[in-house]
Amino acid sequence: MIDLYVQAAGIVVLLILGYLFGQISERRHFKRLRKREVATAFLPVVATRYPPTDQPYQQLLVSGNVVIASDYFKGFLAGLINLFGGRVTPFESMLDRARRESLLRMKDAAIEANATYVFNIKFDTTRIATGRLAAMEVLAYGTAMIPLDTTPDTVVVTEH
Amino acid sequence: MLVSNLEILPGHTIVRHLGLVQGSSVRSKHVGRDIAATLKNLFGGELRGYTELLSDSRDEATDRMLEQAKAVGANAVLNIRYSTSSIAAGAAEIFVYGTAVELQDD
Repeated sequence: MIDLYVQAAGIVVLLILGYLFGQISERRHFKRLRKREVATAFLPVVATRYPPTDQPYQQLLVSGNVVIASDYFKGFLAGLINLFGGRVTPFESMLDRARRESLLRMKDAAIEANATYVFNIKFDTTRIATGRLAAMEVLAYGTAMIPLDTTPDTVVVTEH
Repeated sequence: MLVSNLEILPGHTIVRHLGLVQGSSVRSKHVGRDIAATLKNLFGGELRGYTELLSDSRDEATDRMLEQAKAVGANAVLNIRYSTSSIAAGAAEIFVYGTAVELQDD
C-alpha cells in the first residue's frame, strides 16, 4: 500500500515538474518564434515547384531541422485525451513549434546566402523513438534562389 | 555539383538524364546521449544532440548520393527528396534520392 502512495507521489512530482518547466519553455519558445518570424518576414518561402524566370538565379539547397521532446505533463495529458478522443492539443503545440523552428532555421540559412526566395519547400516529420522517449524530428528544406547579378554588398532586400 | 529540389532550372538545359541516384545513412547516439535525452523528455524542449546527429547523418547521405552522381558523370542532381525513418530504438535512417542529370548553360 505504501509502495502505491510512493509511486503516486512520484508521478505527481513528475507531472508538476513537467508542467512547470514544459510550459515555461514552451511559452518562451513561442515568444522567440514570433520575434524571429517578424524579423525574417521579408524572405518569401513558397511551396511552388516552378522557379521564377525574371532574372538569372543561382540555386542552393537549404534546410533546417530540429528534434523536439514532449514533457511528462504533455504525455500524461495526451493519454487522458486519448480516452475520450478529440484534439490532442499538447502535441499539436509541440509539432507547431518544431515546424516553425525548422522553417526559421532554413530561412536563416537562405538569408545567409543572400537569397531572395525559397522555392518548393518540403517538410519531413519523423518520430525519433528511443524506448519511452517521445520526440519528433522536423526537417524543412527548399531551394534558395540567389540573384546572380548581386554581390553580397549590393543585395537589396525589400522590407516588409 | 548542383543539388536542387526543383525540377526545372531556368538558364540551364538538361542534355542527358542519368537516372536515379541515392544515398543513405543509419546512425545512432551513444548511450550517454540517450540517457540525457530521456531526462530532457521529462521537461520538454529541444534535444540538441539528436538535432546535430540527424543533421550530420543527412550530410553524409547527401555526400553518398553525390558520389554516385559523380560516378555516372552527372553535374547536377535535381528534384531531390529526403526521407527519414526511425528503424530501432535510438537509430534513424536518412535516405536521400534524386535524378542525376547533365546540365548545359544556355
